[in-house]
Amino acid sequence: MPHIALPPDLPGIRGAMAFRPETARPLNALVEVLLAGPSTLSRGERELIATYVSSRNCTHYCHSIHGAIAAAHLGGDEALVKQVKTDFTQAAISPKLKALLAIAGKVQQDGKLVTTADVQAARSLGATDLEIHDTVLIAAAFCMYNRYVDGLGTDQPDDEALYRERGRRIAGDGYVMVSEEYLASHTQAAAH
Amino acid sequence: MPHIDLPEGFPGISAALTYRPETAKPLRELAHVLLHQANSLTPAERELIATFVSSRNHCHFCQSSHGAAAACHLGDASIVEQVKTDFLLAPVSDKLKALLVIAGKVQQDGKLVTASDVEAARKLGATDLEIHDTVLIAAAFCMFNRYVDGLGTWQPRNRRCTRRWAGTWPRKATSSLRSNSRWSSRRVSLDAMPMSNQKGTSRGPSPLLKPGMIELHLRP
Repeated sequence: MPHIALPPDLPGIRGAMAFRPETARPLNALVEVLLAGPSTLSRGERELIATYVSSRNCTHYCHSIHGAIAAAHLGGDEALVKQVKTDFTQAAISPKLKALLAIAGKVQQDGKLVTTADVQAARSLGATDLEIHDTVLIAAAFCMYNRYVDGLGTDQPDDEALYRERGRRIAGDGYVMVSEEYLASHTQAAAH
Repeated sequence: MPHIDLPEGFPGISAALTYRPETAKPLRELAHVLLHQANSLTPAERELIATFVSSRNHCHFCQSSHGAAAACHLGDASIVEQVKTDFLLAPVSDKLKALLVIAGKVQQDGKLVTASDVEAARKLGATDLEIHDTVLIAAAFCMFNRYVDGLGTWQPRNRRCTRRWAGTWPRKATSSLRSNSRWSSRRVSLDAMPMSNQKGTSRGPSPLLKPGMIELHLRP
């Protein structure tokens, strides 16, 4: 049961977003730029960073939906997503992404843990300053989204098929477009 | 030294925001809605929540700048210090204390917030929207703090510098939605601002409460 009166038909962050459209707008705009905007990191790579951080924060809704979006971008490879969650050092991903995940894991704990050596390691494997910036901000932002979703006691369904289906849609249409749909339908419902 | 090539002369988050305007826009909008838009929680109460969370995350820049903004709204820096060290003994409302309990749990892990924490806040008059905003302010500062620390930004230890910056922040937060003005140009208008409450002691109406400063905060 959510701690406050969130719309009952919208699980996870969607209920919180519909409850407060004024904050939903910048929250959606931020995730759209970070995970779906132009970047030298692929959308699959960025979703893996978001999934990894959400998994370490043990936020079921976020690591499930972003894991599903990542899989959709990675040719449906759910095993790879699972491997990144459990031990990314053994995953079939680039050494550069592994170095970025090491930075993301430190930001998830505390930004001050990131060292010059961590950043140098990523850079020597080809990471640019912008990629390092975005990795830090994706990790930091998911420390916010995860706490937001958990802190309000939102409904976080177990059904994997639900995340798989929605993950494909978001991978195709992007966050802002998909969110506008449920924000609009909720606003209409509230008006009637 | 910052970990990446951030623009020089911008303290804390302002360097990161200047570096990447595409992400700065939603980040500023979020902070603006949460801390400065009309709300049944006062700007001082919301700045105190932001300061408390930033203090628990040991983010020097964020706790100093938002602490200075809170002190400016309150006209009393000692309340801010008390909220950071032990808010249960601070001269703030019982409702705000209940909201700070929730914020402190969100800072650790959102799953720690219980139905009884929320009930306690509600009994003391907190609305659902106030509880929502408390959770989101706490969560958002877990992001801002990690962003500022994770990039190794320059976080000046000079109180005066941070206070000046805090005075410009609310206005900058709004004006920067329209333009990328440099904070250093705004600093000039606050040069005459006297130091006050250096040792955290309350000495009546604070010189921080200059009309110009209040205007900066209340009319962005």
